[in-house]
Amino acid sequence: MRPRLAPPTAIRGRVGDGVQRPDGLLKVRGEFPYSSDLQVEGMLWGATVRSPHPYARILSIDTAAARTMPGVRAVLTHEDVPGKNLYGLEFEDQPVLAHDFVRYWGEAVALVAADHPEQARRAAAKVHVEYQVLPPVVDPEQALSPGAPRLHPNGNLLRHVKIRHGEQAARADVVVKGEYEIGMQDQAPLGPESGLAVPDGEGGVDLYIATQWLHIDQQQLARVLGLPLEKVRLTMAGIGGAFGAREDLSMQAHACMLALKTGQPVKISYSRPESFVGHVHRHPGRLAYEHGADRDGTLVYVKARILLDGGAYASSSTAVIANATCFSAGPYRCPNATIDGLVVYTNNPPCGAMRGFGSVQNCYAHEAQMDKLAAALGMDPVELRIRNAMETGTEMITGQVIDGPVPVAELLRRVMSFSLPIGVEGRGEGTPLTSLPGGVSNTTHGEGVTRGVGYAAGFKNIGYSEGFDDHSTARVRLFVAGGKPRVEVHTAAAEVGQGMVMVQAQIAGSELGVNEIVVLNADTRIGSAGSSSASRQTYITGGAVKAAAEAVCKRVCEIAQSELYPANVLRIENDSVVGADGKPIVSLATLLGDEVIEETRTFHPRRTHHLDPETGQADAHMQFAFAAHRAVVDVDTELGLVKVVELATAQDVGMAINPLAVQGQLEGGAAQGLGLAVMEEILVKDGVIRNASFTDYLLPTILDMPPVRMDILELGDPNSPYGLKGVGEPPTISSGPAIVAAIRAATGRDITRVPVRPHDLTL
Amino acid sequence: MEFFQPATWSEALAMKAAHPEAMPIVGGTDVMVELNLDHRRPEAIIDLTRISELTQWGTDDGLLRIGAGVTYSQLINELGDRLPGLAIASRTVGSPQIRNRGTVGGNLGTASPAGDAHPPLLASDSQVELASTSGVRRLAVGEFFTGPKRNAMRKDELIAAFLVEPARGPQQFSKVGTRNAMVIAVCSFALAIDLERRRVGSGIGSAGPTPLRAIEAEEFIQGELDWENRARPSDATLRRFGELVAAAAKPIDDVRGTATYRRHALAVMARRCLEWAWAAA
Ligand SMILES: Cc1cc2nc3c(=O)[nH]c(=O)nc-3n(C[C@H](O)[C@H](O)[C@H](O)COP(=O)(O)OP(=O)(O)OC[C@H]3O[C@@H](n4cnc5c(N)ncnc54)[C@H](O)[C@@H]3O)c2cc1C
Repeated sequence: MRPRLAPPTAIRGRVGDGVQRPDGLLKVRGEFPYSSDLQVEGMLWGATVRSPHPYARILSIDTAAARTMPGVRAVLTHEDVPGKNLYGLEFEDQPVLAHDFVRYWGEAVALVAADHPEQARRAAAKVHVEYQVLPPVVDPEQALSPGAPRLHPNGNLLRHVKIRHGEQAARADVVVKGEYEIGMQDQAPLGPESGLAVPDGEGGVDLYIATQWLHIDQQQLARVLGLPLEKVRLTMAGIGGAFGAREDLSMQAHACMLALKTGQPVKISYSRPESFVGHVHRHPGRLAYEHGADRDGTLVYVKARILLDGGAYASSSTAVIANATCFSAGPYRCPNATIDGLVVYTNNPPCGAMRGFGSVQNCYAHEAQMDKLAAALGMDPVELRIRNAMETGTEMITGQVIDGPVPVAELLRRVMSFSLPIGVEGRGEGTPLTSLPGGVSNTTHGEGVTRGVGYAAGFKNIGYSEGFDDHSTARVRLFVAGGKPRVEVHTAAAEVGQGMVMVQAQIAGSELGVNEIVVLNADTRIGSAGSSSASRQTYITGGAVKAAAEAVCKRVCEIAQSELYPANVLRIENDSVVGADGKPIVSLATLLGDEVIEETRTFHPRRTHHLDPETGQADAHMQFAFAAHRAVVDVDTELGLVKVVELATAQDVGMAINPLAVQGQLEGGAAQGLGLAVMEEILVKDGVIRNASFTDYLLPTILDMPPVRMDILELGDPNSPYGLKGVGEPPTISSGPAIVAAIRAATGRDITRVPVRPHDLTL
Repeated sequence: MEFFQPATWSEALAMKAAHPEAMPIVGGTDVMVELNLDHRRPEAIIDLTRISELTQWGTDDGLLRIGAGVTYSQLINELGDRLPGLAIASRTVGSPQIRNRGTVGGNLGTASPAGDAHPPLLASDSQVELASTSGVRRLAVGEFFTGPKRNAMRKDELIAAFLVEPARGPQQFSKVGTRNAMVIAVCSFALAIDLERRRVGSGIGSAGPTPLRAIEAEEFIQGELDWENRARPSDATLRRFGELVAAAAKPIDDVRGTATYRRHALAVMARRCLEWAWAAA
């Protein structure tokens, strides 16, 4: 029993082509099967009973009333977890179903499966849980205080990353200090968590799921379900965005448990409000910084304390804080650094991965500091940045020497060199409302509007860090079908909307010279691809596909050479083997006949190392990506409303495998950055989310997101496949800080908190 | 859940009388959200979309009588010249899809303090026409709102229409939201100037338990405006008007904004709306 999934289609194109998404048309027409559309005959629906308290002891769970409700097939609690009732990305600290305590508002406590989703929801409401409500720890600073309740056995401090670099007692002529606060952003993927678990009748289960990493789900599920890996098989289903929200388990274990219990397929699909408690968020943070520089603007030292609220469970917090700490000084040379990065447990919603992964929070702080420093020095803020810009060979504050192109100064120069858009005054009468702050809401016709321009630069690591064995496996198969050569590429890389499907096809196409490439749907029948996160998938899985395709190509050439055409067989082009002169020697169809050539390769990038626990010094990262942004904003200074007029960006992508997809990343990433800067925030009060819907969690619309002017550099990384660099996250890092800098410039206000709210600009 | 679909207005009224708990639906842009999010589970639903009178408008003794099922898009396209304030407000409602479905009748039915149609209706002294099997009554819109999401409609009644005088002078509407489109009002303000009667009407949205009028501000500005020569009011007068509007509001702190900011923004919007309107007078 298999649900309908999007059929794999043949993709044509080579590395460097702007190949369009194969699923684009289906999506626009509403025909694309998203994971929330999965269905099979006789399927049940799961619903989740969730905690109404941020912190409480569970005294009892009474499922009797729920069991007798119409249509109900199963009601499960922690007692029914077949394997280990703990999971987690970095370490296992989160129960699949709460047993002794609930530690956040919305934590899963029990499950119901019923014939109809409405029946399941009604029965879920009848599960009676008796709680002893406890005072929640909702302030990360309070979590660290000696008297705070210990939320987990090892205490509330999840990780403390220390960087002690250079002279610890360094002094400087000019010193600026600042404290910054970042609100909790949501990934808000438009497709909510959903999936379908189908029991195989032999104790195993097939899960169709929209996820970022099939194999890490599989590993965690196998332990939770008490099954060997091969009994838990995952297949990628149509995904509606991810951005980090699908790295942790959400409904995966729940659906599998219900399916195994009932012996029937079970689907769980979250509503939007449920999605807000169904996945982790971007860590809110408090950052205290001190920068010291010489009179000429040369940075002498950076000191910082970064405190991130990890919420109730660890998720990937320990890796996020490492990033926040390692990149805390920004893409600048800084000989001396004293940085303390802390992430703590609280009873707030759990936080984890989101695009930018720790480098977003610190970028707001280091870029505000650079502007402050420029003001204190009487220097132009871009000039100050260029003076201190990292270069090839710069030693980071972690002691790692950055190799490959490091075009920080160049990126800043380029965004600065874009012409500026026409100002409010220049537009005169008849300015459409849509181009003014407040938009069609008709709040200003130009009154109170001032313009500001701001700059920011940022960087982060690409791929996994700190000694993690990063790798991906690809199988490439060449055969003749219907008289034409055909290539199938199989990996477990999650297409999350970023265009992984095109990239794989383009790479196989380039290496094999075959025109029709089919990328099979990702599943766990092949080795892990790692996650579609950390901007790593094109690099790592792209590297694996390249290696496997090269191996296939080599075999084809060997066959051609040994069997038929001894001399000068060089490569495959346009479905034929060609000689040194580039002329076709034999078509692949003729050469191969019935033969199937298949090669599987696993690709490993260069290794990384653990941070020294006392000094934070190490070659902990594999690759770095840089971007810079310039923002132009109009602010209605009387009402505190902001219109971002334009964003300009420059980014080094190493090599644009698919320039169209690269542009999409630069635009989409900047939109997400804009969201955090001016509107997106999960409002949590006393541990409870107060705006768990798109009515009040506001995402930028087309009238909020300006056109993005971009300058895409392809400087080529000597270490990576095709010289490419990860692309997805840098656009989200410096876009928001540039916008906030522009708002500061427009208003003259010292804005220290994002998202910027109208009352921050007026009262 | 029962589903009724009356073909005529009298049938609808009879159904409502027989099933007072039944929930009417027209555009469904509020009702469907409530149902989908499980906020409400009415025993029955009465679909009023088959009743053609509801989507029509005409004149009634000098007033425009506009069916409760007239959509925002219709208002903008068909009545924008006669009701400019309501048209500006309508343009700020949701997205094109919402404006194509959503109705003023539904906005009144929900009676949210943030309903964008309400301030302009208040500013131009509109009336709401309620009907039941026992008759028809007309209520000043100010009396229609009784509390947050509460109104004066009896359980056996339906909203038939609203009545409003065509503009006798410039009208304005302004709404603060934290996004440049598709946003619920943090607060809003409507102004209607009646050049013939030398009157100024006002409406405040999303800054009190119900939409409010700023009576003192209206009286103040009526006395201050130079009705003869239409000279620009002084900055001090404009500012005072803004302050009086802010003082009439009864805002609270909530997820969308603080009470202090709401008052502040109302003062700014009131001042700007007055300036724009008077400049066009
Ligand atoms: C995405 C989105 C954006 C929105 N944006 C805005 C916005 O910017 N501004 C704003 O003000 N609103 C907004 N709304 C809310 C909604 O669109 C408006 O309140 C709209 O006016 C409701 O009209 P409707 O015809 O859809 O009402 P329905 O949903 O059909 O009904 C709403 C209520 O009125 C009752 N009702 C409807 N007609 C009658 C009648 N004739 N007699 C008696 N009772 C009746 C219903 O029983 C129900 O209680 C938005 C909604 C959505 C989903």
